[in-house]
Amino acid sequence: MNIEIALLLGQDGLTNGAIYALLSVALVLVFAVTRVIYIPQGEFVAFGALTLASFQVGKTPGTLWLLIGAGVVVALVDLSSALRSGQRRHIPRIVGWNLAYPAVVAGVIHLFTPAELPLLAQIVLSLALVVPLGPMTYRLAYQPLAEASVLVLLIVSVAVHLALVGLGLLFFGAEGSRTPAFSEGSLSVGSLTVSGQTLWVLGASLTLIVVLALFFERTIYGKALRATAMNRTGARLMGISTVMAGKLSFLLASLIGALSGILIAPITTIYYDTGFLIGLKGFVGAIVGALSSYPLAAAGALLVGLLEAFSSFWASAFKEVIVFTLIIPVLVWLSLTTRHVEEEE
Amino acid sequence: MREIAPVLEVEDLCVSYGKVEALHHANLMVGAGQIVTVIGPNGAGKTTMLSAVMGLLPCSRGQIRFQGQLRSAAEVEEMVALGANLVPESRALFGEMSVEDNLLLGAFTRYRSGDRDSAGTMEEVFRIFPRLKERRTQHAGTLSGGERQMLALARALMAKPKLLMLDEPSLGLAPLIVKDIFRVIASLKDTGVAILLVEQNARAALQVADYAYVLETGEIALEGPSRQLIDDPKVVESYLGLGGRH
Repeated sequence: MNIEIALLLGQDGLTNGAIYALLSVALVLVFAVTRVIYIPQGEFVAFGALTLASFQVGKTPGTLWLLIGAGVVVALVDLSSALRSGQRRHIPRIVGWNLAYPAVVAGVIHLFTPAELPLLAQIVLSLALVVPLGPMTYRLAYQPLAEASVLVLLIVSVAVHLALVGLGLLFFGAEGSRTPAFSEGSLSVGSLTVSGQTLWVLGASLTLIVVLALFFERTIYGKALRATAMNRTGARLMGISTVMAGKLSFLLASLIGALSGILIAPITTIYYDTGFLIGLKGFVGAIVGALSSYPLAAAGALLVGLLEAFSSFWASAFKEVIVFTLIIPVLVWLSLTTRHVEEEE
Repeated sequence: MREIAPVLEVEDLCVSYGKVEALHHANLMVGAGQIVTVIGPNGAGKTTMLSAVMGLLPCSRGQIRFQGQLRSAAEVEEMVALGANLVPESRALFGEMSVEDNLLLGAFTRYRSGDRDSAGTMEEVFRIFPRLKERRTQHAGTLSGGERQMLALARALMAKPKLLMLDEPSLGLAPLIVKDIFRVIASLKDTGVAILLVEQNARAALQVADYAYVLETGEIALEGPSRQLIDDPKVVESYLGLGGRH
């Protein structure tokens, strides 16, 4: 291996690592707030990328039907519980978010021809379509079980993951898609050529992480999420509803997931089931951060990216094996150093 | 009997944990601007009563009226929005956040309903607890026991509650600090907030309260104006003897 190859692999590793870092931060967030190990995160990566790809080839993405369908189901569930408990004042909000909003998105897709819109508009439209699926998933799959054990929530996650992968196959077919790069051109530093998309990925990831940090440190909703993660009862006594915190964390997670998918779609071909593997690598990063530290999780995810890149050079057949083996020494280390804490209730 | 408009009325309240009924047919009233205390031994159901009133626990029977409105299966969040606030025995602070952030979150519900003047309220709260102002950037987890209780109280006050429920505010605190806390509780009366105080330290509680209930094994055994109860031989014997004098 010479220096040029090392730089190339390093660049590759950092690009993927940045995506894994975003996903790992989302996983830590969701786990801290709701105790859900969010395996379906990867499906949002695939849905984001494939929705954008569908728009570009002039097809209506199947995720639109999912949004409309999930909206109807959520609306029915929420309306019936609102009527039963006599809380009619929630009705406009329920109808607005779950019925009117998907209708508006469908209307926009119908009125404009997404394939002819500029890339930025296509991206925004893809996010507008995919991101609300996150809170809807929370409402339908997790909220009724909010008090269940971590293990039960994990099993639900596996089920949601399998269901979404199946829907992905139904919506997008078995063929993979790749979207064009955000911008042409590349940057040359000495003998190293950095592609434009790599810069986009790194820049967007960094920006998103800074924005998230500001959100958690500076805004009252960010603080409310952290408070829920620290002391659920304490947060409820301040009027911070567990349901609101759960939906908000799922919203952020699905935003991060879909955006990650859109960012890497020009670099790798995305299939309906690609997201799972990408999400798992984010999960390895999150484990390095013991599912509780954002900076450690992000650093771990970068390490995963680099490890993956270099092992694909030396032992490409064992690339995944090496990456996922990383989890074993980390778990041993964590189990030796962490005092076992009894699960809350 | 008492001519003050009630903030909280509890009628025939029963609460069960599984098959075990922890509170039987309790009746209780807190009037506007009053300090009402519930005293009684450990395990008498005092915390259970507060949790049920706040909506943390479901009631198996009975009615709870808050400011004259019947509360049916309300959520904790809704009680907070209506103006009830509970400081639990555990204090439930956000340990890895600064004192200031803890206070800010105390005003979360007000913020959501559009009242965004948390800075003004925080200054008022700092006037009551000057110590917290000195510690404003410190993490809540690094505070002493007394400071934590002050922070828990201050955080609840940030919501500008109409009813403040305090669960064992003196628990685990040194006698001097207990005195401080009770001085603050007594002074809160001037702000017009109604206080429902649950205490094992019966003497201190009876001294600040206007009206008192004695809860024993899930039932209200005795009630009356604090001044009468403090001289009641039964109360003196059970709660104000040597055991209750700390």
